[in-house]
Amino acid sequence: MQTDPLAQHGKALALRAERNEVLATNLANADTPGYLARDFDFSAALSGATNQLSTLPIARTDSGHINPDAGAIDTQTALAWRVPTQPSVDGNTVETDVEQAEYAKNVIGYQASLTFLNQKIAGLRLAIRGQL
Amino acid sequence: MALNRVLDIAGSALNAQSQRLNTTASNLANAGSVSGDPNQVYRARNPVFETVPFENDATEFSVFPDRNAATYGVRVTGIEESQVPLTQRYAPEHPQADENGNVYVTNVNTVAEMVNMISASRAYQSNIEIMTTTKELLVQTLSIGRG
Repeated sequence: MQTDPLAQHGKALALRAERNEVLATNLANADTPGYLARDFDFSAALSGATNQLSTLPIARTDSGHINPDAGAIDTQTALAWRVPTQPSVDGNTVETDVEQAEYAKNVIGYQASLTFLNQKIAGLRLAIRGQL
Repeated sequence: MALNRVLDIAGSALNAQSQRLNTTASNLANAGSVSGDPNQVYRARNPVFETVPFENDATEFSVFPDRNAATYGVRVTGIEESQVPLTQRYAPEHPQADENGNVYVTNVNTVAEMVNMISASRAYQSNIEIMTTTKELLVQTLSIGRG
């Protein structure tokens, strides 16, 4: 049982925002020689984050213990290089159209998560007030 | 907050691309210029781009604890002059001709500069697009729970 009803959509929102950053980095470096485009698997990252939420919490008896609720993902393993369809001479692997499509999809996903979150809050408010 | 950094990233790209547009304009303005002294002829110049890491501002809410590994901006590290050899032209009637009657023509390639200009303006536009979208997302995020 999850204690925070907003946690899952909050995680999704945070992940979408981070992916926006990665994709914006790719687009910003579209003309930088030798830059390798990166991305991460959103659904894998989200299921990783939500698995951490649904399992029973681990007691932290010492400040040195890793916070299991932080949902941190190891950057080195999570980020992957994008495989280009058309390699370029300067070693840059950013394909602007691919990145823009991914960015657009990610923005839609972000807005979807926002909508879910808003509806959840509206539902909670309705439950608290007991009237429409 | 993660979305703020998108604005920083896109902003760094806008800065770099506008410098590129600037050098292109300078190159095109000097296309075809000549001089009698090969050391004084205008040479085409181009900015050199480099990825630049941001300061790690990870918080306990960040998905990536090491955010430097995830996000980079872009910056111009320097302006490089083109090493393409100058064209030597025999024009004894030219007021700037040297004692042998030669003038030296700049190595600006007009076609390459036009291509550069289109590429830079496209990249500029796509980064503006990112900033506009991010701004909308931030506004929507600020109004969570109001509806």
